[in-house]
Amino acid sequence: MARTRAPERTLLPGDEPLSLLRKDGTPVDDSPLSMPDDDVLVELHRRMVVGRRFDTQATALTKQGRLAVYPSSRGQEACEVGAVLALRPTDWLFPTYRDSVALVTRGVDPAETLTLLQGGWHLGYDPYEHRVGPQCTPLATNTLHAVGFAHAARLKGEDTAALVMLGDGATSEGDTHEALNFAGVWRAPVVFLVQNNGYAISVPMSKQNAAPSLAHKGIGYGVPSVLVDGNDVAAVHAVVREALESGGPTLIEALTYRIEAHTNADDATRYRTSDEVAAWLDRDPVDRLEAYLTSRGLLDNARRAAVAAEAEEFAASVRAKLNVDVVPSPDELFEHVYATTPRHLREQAAALREELA
Amino acid sequence: MTAVSEQVSMAGALNRALGDALADDPTVLVFGEDVGALGGVFRVTDGLAARFGEQRVFDTPLAESGIVGTAIGMAMNGLRPVVEMQFDAFAYPAFEQITSHLAKLRNRTRGRVSLPVVIRVPYGGGIGGVEHHCDSSEAYYTHTPGLRVVTPGTPDDAYRLLRDSIASPDPVIFLEPKRRYWAKGALPSPAGSGSIGFDRALVRRAGRDVTLIAYGPMVATALETAEAAAEEGWDVEVVDLRSLSPFDDETVCASVVKTGRAVVVHEASGFGGYGAEVVARVTERCFHHLHAPVLRVTGFDIPYPPPKLEEHHLPGVDRILDAIARLQWDDEVVGSYRA
Repeated sequence: MARTRAPERTLLPGDEPLSLLRKDGTPVDDSPLSMPDDDVLVELHRRMVVGRRFDTQATALTKQGRLAVYPSSRGQEACEVGAVLALRPTDWLFPTYRDSVALVTRGVDPAETLTLLQGGWHLGYDPYEHRVGPQCTPLATNTLHAVGFAHAARLKGEDTAALVMLGDGATSEGDTHEALNFAGVWRAPVVFLVQNNGYAISVPMSKQNAAPSLAHKGIGYGVPSVLVDGNDVAAVHAVVREALESGGPTLIEALTYRIEAHTNADDATRYRTSDEVAAWLDRDPVDRLEAYLTSRGLLDNARRAAVAAEAEEFAASVRAKLNVDVVPSPDELFEHVYATTPRHLREQAAALREELA
Repeated sequence: MTAVSEQVSMAGALNRALGDALADDPTVLVFGEDVGALGGVFRVTDGLAARFGEQRVFDTPLAESGIVGTAIGMAMNGLRPVVEMQFDAFAYPAFEQITSHLAKLRNRTRGRVSLPVVIRVPYGGGIGGVEHHCDSSEAYYTHTPGLRVVTPGTPDDAYRLLRDSIASPDPVIFLEPKRRYWAKGALPSPAGSGSIGFDRALVRRAGRDVTLIAYGPMVATALETAEAAAEEGWDVEVVDLRSLSPFDDETVCASVVKTGRAVVVHEASGFGGYGAEVVARVTERCFHHLHAPVLRVTGFDIPYPPPKLEEHHLPGVDRILDAIARLQWDDEVVGSYRA
């Protein structure tokens, strides 16, 4: 039987993460990646600054009791923004709970993005409106949804790829491995973007994985794999775009770091040092791109101030929206369980209404 | 058009339903382990891959969570997957995808995402199967809001219920009583439940004295028991639940109100089992019409036994007759006084 197999060398990631910009913002001389166009770089910068401001605003809203909890992605903006802006209009995103910045970058309303964490409902947005699957809370379950979605698109003859986000911890879940295997066998157009931010809540890489890298796991499934500097937004954008356009599956491990604790309820000092955090702050993705853009004459103080003002304005709109407490009608508890509400649920809804009357 | 008098096995009826659904709706897909060239270990998908091609009927990697998880993604993208779990206990790796996602995505998305997925699960014992091949896992699914759970007792109902399940906008756990796969019966002429209704129970045999409430593999056993009971002087009504969730209170209660006595029969263990829910619902709704407590005849509260001992575990005619005999027939006079 004829089989198409990618050659082994393309299945394994390189020894060093791919990058386009060094941590000081100077360009890498011999990168195999193509630098995104200038207008794309400028947009990546704007969205990272706005995304970061959104993230710090959301964390602040937990302190005011407006959000039940918020898992920050501060420090991971290159992944959140670089990957989302690489999506083509027909592509779909399958995010996790840590990918709120990715959602607002995709254009989802910030209040709808935060509905889950605000507690009004389990999900605030219409997946079909922005081509964004529901944020996944149980880890790695979204990987299979992405593979199924992408395979269906191919069966229907549509040019749609799926980008699924997951973290380092999620690579230990069985669903990740089943998804990689299905994607490999079906050659499904799916990009698995693993944001390796160092910790699964408190558990470090050394207790999560014995492979040389997480990207090495792709070869076992016949899935080409890439290791990329996850704090280099130009590189993340380039590898994700290339993977989306490849027509088949790709596993990307992006090396990054979660600057904040797991959530506002977590105490990161119990499992990592401030020196380690400081070392990663020195590799900040926004600073890096700003240095490059400035050296290229693509960013000046006026532009920087304009972007900062836009970020403040966005944060203010988020505050305003979240300060309005939206509580759905208790009737809605029964409305979406089945396509047509069955009799026993109509009776329970009536009983609750009576109780509340 | 299928002739009404044609006799087919339940496996054949299911095969017919899948073939007709694939022919009628280009968005229907059938996939799972060994469902392609082999036609499934029970041959329920026999010939479908050859007839509809590998794009629509195909084998998958051997991974049940993967099968259900990808079915969810396909349904999100407008297809109607009908997937097969090879055996009851082999469906457990898919449990998270079924309970946390398949069952909840409509609710999570406030009705924006509809998942018309059918999961076919051959279930139950009585075939001499070794461990992990004979579980009655219905209660795991019926305890999960958002799922429809149905199970046919006859070939004609297998056809109707499977067509209805594939047409349903809700996810359906379709439990196939594997010990009845080879029992023959007539096929219905039109597709779907028609006048029966997808989530309605059905009175399989009318009777005056006691209601036997059964489903799936136990429908035939209940009907057999009814014949034996007639010789003892009891006129038994048999209700086939068909839809375990949602539950048809109306049909079941109408029968129990009429007879005043009821026995619930299933293969699964009794403790925390599906029958407990049936007994509770009947008691709550029909209390003043009951002449005796509603009894259960179920499997023991043990892991499914090895093949050479399974006959002791499975409810049979004698055990059900014993339960009927315990329905306080001698207290009839007392009951009448109260009335």
